[in-house]
Amino acid sequence: MDLVSAWVAAFLTLAIYSFLYKDNPLYRFAESLFVGLSLGYEIGIVLHRTIIPNLFQKLAADPGRNWYLVIGGVLGIMLYLRYVQRVSFLGRWALAVYMGYFVGVELMQRLHGDVLPQVKDTMLPLLPLSLASVQNLLVLVGVLSVLVYFYFSRPHTGILRPVSRLGIWFIMVCFGASFGYTVMARISLLVGRLTFLVDDWVRPTLAAILG
Amino acid sequence: MKRQIPVLLAFLTGTFVVVAFFVSAPVVVGLNEKLDELLMIVTAFALPLGVVSFLQHHSKKIGRRSIGWRNSIVSVASFAVMASLGIVEPFVSAQGRAVGFNWLFDTVFTPLQATMFSLLAFMIASAAFRAFRVKNLEAAILMISAVIVMLGRVPIGKFVLPPSAALTEWIMNVPNLAAQRGILIGAALGAASMAIRIILGIERPYMGGAGE
Repeated sequence: MDLVSAWVAAFLTLAIYSFLYKDNPLYRFAESLFVGLSLGYEIGIVLHRTIIPNLFQKLAADPGRNWYLVIGGVLGIMLYLRYVQRVSFLGRWALAVYMGYFVGVELMQRLHGDVLPQVKDTMLPLLPLSLASVQNLLVLVGVLSVLVYFYFSRPHTGILRPVSRLGIWFIMVCFGASFGYTVMARISLLVGRLTFLVDDWVRPTLAAILG
Repeated sequence: MKRQIPVLLAFLTGTFVVVAFFVSAPVVVGLNEKLDELLMIVTAFALPLGVVSFLQHHSKKIGRRSIGWRNSIVSVASFAVMASLGIVEPFVSAQGRAVGFNWLFDTVFTPLQATMFSLLAFMIASAAFRAFRVKNLEAAILMISAVIVMLGRVPIGKFVLPPSAALTEWIMNVPNLAAQRGILIGAALGAASMAIRIILGIERPYMGGAGE
């Protein structure tokens, strides 16, 4: 990274960190810049990685074979008819096709990709008795108790009460572990930014000044 | 009719995807692949809907000079510059290399993103201070689990708590796995039931309130 780029990046890094003192105009400037750039970045990526290669280039290469892609383009444009009062209902048609398709995909992915494999992996051998089988039993008990905790169709009284309480203990361990992992990930990002400030900004700047 | 057709379209496309999952007839597989391709295009077209909403929101703020309108100018201007470079540069630059776009990405976007997320380390520390005040058994379990996992992830952990690495591995592989699995199964069943409700037209989010 050249020195000008390093100064720009360092300025923005410090502008964000200035929030640690208190909310201030410098932080808000950096935040607003980030919001605009994020959206602008997506536009270029979507155009050049999805729309051009999957629609225009395919249509230009073989329009007879890829004619059906026009339907995608038309449905995409129909989404914008919601802004035209007289034909805004056509926007709902496109959205209905889009949503119907993706909830269908989601339905099968969730059942086939999440529920069945997870249930299968929970049904592990409990015999012969060993350390592994005890752990398998603990996982089975944990999964069932967590599911009972999230079962709201009946009040958690009687036998459901201790089981759901056990479920919340498992959930607390899980949340604690997730918290610990998240903290460590954020700390490593922080270390990365501090390393950048020292190695890519302070040192090259001092080297440039001192020759 | 304006209300029935979207319900019918959602039903037909949703049902077709479910049927296509089980039917391996070449006609159905081919049609499903084509549908997948063209809906990827629709997804790409949907992104600028967010841009319209973004521009509407910020132009209103700028027009009314409401609080933070100067920041709205920064957002809109940075969006315009990044989007313009992203759209135009690959066409006009040599060998499709987007020099300005890449410079903005590497020098401005990436540091902002990394710093913004690293800022969360401080927020999490402050949240931990509140969450870890051990008021009951559940809070104690949460704290013990988090402390062990944090110690197990750093080299100094083995000096503070020698079995921290082994304990972390056990926590991740047994109680954490069990709870994650229970949550995943529950969430997946919830999502699947919501998908069925949308396909059957019981829920109609695509109507935007018009079909309620």
